[in-house]
Amino acid sequence: MTGAGAATPLLEVEHLTMRFGGLVAIDDVSFAAAPKEITAIIGPNGAGKTTVFNCLTGFYKPTEGRLTLRRDRQALLLERMEGHHIAVKGGIARTFQNIRLFANMSVLENLLVAQHYRLMTASVFCVAGLLRLPGYTRAERRAVDKARAWLERIDLIDRADENAGNLPYGAQRRLEIARAMCTDPVLLCLDEPAAGLNPRETAELNDLITGIRDEFGIGILLIEHDMSVVMRISDHVVVLDYGCKISDGTADFVKNDPAVIRAYLGADEEEQIAMPAGTPADGSGPPGGGEARP
Amino acid sequence: MEYFLQQLINGLTLGSIFGLIAIGYTMVYGIIGMINFAHGDIFMVSGFIALMSFMILGIAGVTWVPLALALVLVIAMIFTSVYGWTVERVAYRPLRGSFRLAPLISALGMSIFLQNYVQLLQGARSKAMPPMIEGGFTLMERADGFTVDLSYVRLMIIVATLVLMIAFTTLIAKTSLGRQQRACEQDKKMAALLGVNVDRTISLTFVMGAGLAAVAGCMYLLLYGVIDFYEGFVVGIKAFTAAVLGGIGSLPGAMLGGLMLGLIEAFWSGYGSVEGKDVAAFGILVLVLIFRPSGLLGRPEIEKV
Repeated sequence: MTGAGAATPLLEVEHLTMRFGGLVAIDDVSFAAAPKEITAIIGPNGAGKTTVFNCLTGFYKPTEGRLTLRRDRQALLLERMEGHHIAVKGGIARTFQNIRLFANMSVLENLLVAQHYRLMTASVFCVAGLLRLPGYTRAERRAVDKARAWLERIDLIDRADENAGNLPYGAQRRLEIARAMCTDPVLLCLDEPAAGLNPRETAELNDLITGIRDEFGIGILLIEHDMSVVMRISDHVVVLDYGCKISDGTADFVKNDPAVIRAYLGADEEEQIAMPAGTPADGSGPPGGGEARP
Repeated sequence: MEYFLQQLINGLTLGSIFGLIAIGYTMVYGIIGMINFAHGDIFMVSGFIALMSFMILGIAGVTWVPLALALVLVIAMIFTSVYGWTVERVAYRPLRGSFRLAPLISALGMSIFLQNYVQLLQGARSKAMPPMIEGGFTLMERADGFTVDLSYVRLMIIVATLVLMIAFTTLIAKTSLGRQQRACEQDKKMAALLGVNVDRTISLTFVMGAGLAAVAGCMYLLLYGVIDFYEGFVVGIKAFTAAVLGGIGSLPGAMLGGLMLGLIEAFWSGYGSVEGKDVAAFGILVLVLIFRPSGLLGRPEIEKV
């Protein structure tokens, strides 16, 4: 039973295993993520969710398993790619649990760095950039326009020249997503985007994420503790516990899966999972995630 | 007053040269957090390259000074950049991700290697060059015959440094490459995830630092007319001091530190003793480090969580 369009998945994770010495962080996990769908990865703390992301984005080399990304009818093996190729050739972008913006650069510049690849090609290693040749100025204007469009969308256009580090927490989260989108990804990996947001901000975030899915038609992988987010927007949910996959399916299926309820420990947690069915997002503490507001 | 003015001119010239070299130290420190001790020797190598280019151009019959100068600058910058790139590739990149002291030791080794390499190829004695640019303006003359001179060489050094500084600041602040460098400075892993080629950015940083050192090398040769294989050590340490004085990691700081160091040396030699100028320069460094450990324009290091 799977919610992913089984025909041509965007990302296929097969038998992924990650060991750190004797510790098995991920144990033989397989799942698929379809394009134009939001695939949520949930599980208690320490279940290995972020490790999956780290394997996808080249931070870790998986001990075993295969990560296949299909892009432009090509199959790319992510575990064989290095550093910046994953972003440029693979088209994977990600955000972090603890925000990693370039704090000392302006909001606009943060979005421009993400588009540098095209700019570097246009500027012929900055020679044309220094001389302000027309080709480069055109490319730069396009990049700035794109960045501004994103700033409009995340409602930060008035603060474009401020240092990113001075933005409020919620705005930093939105900016990080916009920056990831500026790399033109085919797969966007969001690591706890709702952590530390208030209910209103969480609702805005839901709109932003579903908007990205519907407008750009890209696949989104989402790690989230806030069940009001997960249950509301995800098309497909993968549940991990102690590094193993324990459930995989639509939100409704996962919510009622006894294995999931057991993993989340007891009746209280069952309520947690069931909560968002009808009630509005009340931002109650996610299991273990807590209020991360600094 | 006249004497003061003359020392000011001398100090600014020397300071410009220190500043140009200091930028190389500060940029490399900013991006990979290591002190490139071989940078002073890169400067020395550029002096020799400039000297050789002058000779070759002389033989080839290029005698019009502005043309010869421009050609020498370009040649020196290209060849020195290759040296800078190679040093990074050979001595530092394989050690990236190793413990913090490893690249530092490697840099010291590279410095010793370059000195001996030049000594072997060029001999241990200083090489002299006849002055290429003579004459200048006489700004003032005192009754007793003391004149304040601004020679063309000094004027050229100050102007060239100014132009380079403006071009360089624009490059860092406005171009895509500059943005990339600043991004790598803050978070290399994140930059890589956004598609920035971190290795290439670091290489380019070394190339740019070497290019500026090459300009400094040409200027130094024109100003003093001699160069030897050991020159890089002393000047390199001074420029490093300038970078620390201004706040290592900060570009305007490197320039300011360079100018300050040049002025301190010039005034100390002018009013005190020439022998004591190094003591004065390093003494002031000690004082600045005691009262402002992050340098004049440096930002205090904040531990990232």
